[in-house]
Amino acid sequence: MTTTPIRPAPEVRHDALAGADSHVRLRRLAPRQLGALGLGIGPLVALVVWQVASSTGLLPEQQLASPLTAVTTGWEMLTTGELLPHVAASARRAYLGLGIGVALGLGLALLSGLTRSGEAAVDSLVQIKRAIPTLALIPLAILWLGIGETMKVAVIATAVLVPIYLNTHAGLRSIDQRYVELAQTTDVGRAEFIRRIALPGSLPGFLTGLRLAVTMCWTSLVVLEQINATEGIGYVMNRARDFGQTDVIVVGLVIYAVLGLASDALVRVVQGRALSYRKGMGS
Amino acid sequence: MSAVRLRDLTRSYGPRTVLDVAGLDIEQGEFVCLIGRSGSGKSTLLRALAGLDGDVAGDGRIQVPARRSVLFQDSRLLPWASVADNVTLGLRGDGVGDAAATALADVGLAGREKDWPSALSGGEQQRVALARALVREPELLLADEPFGALDALTRLRMHALLRRLVAEHRPTVVLVTHDVDEALALAERVLVLEDGRVVLDHRPTPRTADDLLAERRRLLAALGVDEDTSTRLRETA
Repeated sequence: MTTTPIRPAPEVRHDALAGADSHVRLRRLAPRQLGALGLGIGPLVALVVWQVASSTGLLPEQQLASPLTAVTTGWEMLTTGELLPHVAASARRAYLGLGIGVALGLGLALLSGLTRSGEAAVDSLVQIKRAIPTLALIPLAILWLGIGETMKVAVIATAVLVPIYLNTHAGLRSIDQRYVELAQTTDVGRAEFIRRIALPGSLPGFLTGLRLAVTMCWTSLVVLEQINATEGIGYVMNRARDFGQTDVIVVGLVIYAVLGLASDALVRVVQGRALSYRKGMGS
Repeated sequence: MSAVRLRDLTRSYGPRTVLDVAGLDIEQGEFVCLIGRSGSGKSTLLRALAGLDGDVAGDGRIQVPARRSVLFQDSRLLPWASVADNVTLGLRGDGVGDAAATALADVGLAGREKDWPSALSGGEQQRVALARALVREPELLLADEPFGALDALTRLRMHALLRRLVAEHRPTVVLVTHDVDEALALAERVLVLEDGRVVLDHRPTPRTADDLLAERRRLLAALGVDEDTSTRLRETA
């Protein structure tokens, strides 16, 4: 057996004390937090590579339009007033479906989280619905509701319902049993318990669900707008496919991305405000 | 007149009986400390008095006043409700806001009505809990190691505050602690629990420092701690 000499601890350098920096330096074990600018590097690189590939002819126009062409086309569509009615039509479907889905998901979550009979009736059904892809419901939805707006909004609503229900229900379930005891010893009635403990206690879960829901309501739209639509971003993109206009398809994709991210950012602002009680001293 | 009356009270978890009190009466306005080792049944007894043990098997009769407040070891403030809303939880009617302001002033937190609980220190949070307990003018105040999570200095301040407020409001108090010094500082009557039974029912009346040491020794002996405090004092002298 060989004996390895124990490495001596590095000497403390007293001259370091005289240095301008008064902080004790420790080895950094976790990477530094990435700012908004840092997060933009990936997309930016992808954009440059894409543009170079298009300009050099590596990526033919009929496969994918270059970013510059797409921007030009997008700007034209916007200034001629061609684009806005389509965006408005899509937004109406998405947010109508979102509103109905959020209301349904929240109602079902409260029913299931606060009553035993409600949980027996609702929870497994939603879990089953969760296992079925939303788009797989479209054939049945068409048979029941036709190919009009009602069907589109209904499919979006059932998709959105799931994350709202799951997260709100989990939020209600995770409310500390100690608060229930507190309610018992302070003569808090059923209604006040729901208003002052159950609802605020499940709010973080609900808002997480809402963040998923606001992006999800746009996801189903592309497919739905292939069915009997005369306006909407999905309709524009499908028509562009028929004409081989890859630039218009890219414009549609960008609109979806922007709307989805903007909705998510909005909910995050609401989240920050509504949960401001979590910030205590020093944080 | 007895404020609290227990007869043949038993509580058990599975085959293990954790509480077996044949009879116990607590007078109106009396300050009682329940002490005992971990698992002696002191918290079980307190939870029985608070009516928080509906899911625990047991038998017996309990007679307690209708207006009861419970002070937990954690302040148990709702993090999403302001300090004032925490104090008035469960209260209805006009003047609730004024009551909260008065109760908060009583515990030295005047003007903190709108703060979030997370903005308060541990001691301040427990003072809010005390305000919440006393604002409903309880006939019986039940406290389960209320100062157990506080640092020693804060705990001493809380003792003084609790003594003053109890003298003002005159509720009957049952306070659970494992701290003999806390019991001696607060209680008119000390009950020592062991294996779910009351093994010592004692009214300490120390007049001198020597009396206090004797009481302390007696309670510690009842808890099975044979620390000879006088020896220790001689050694350090």
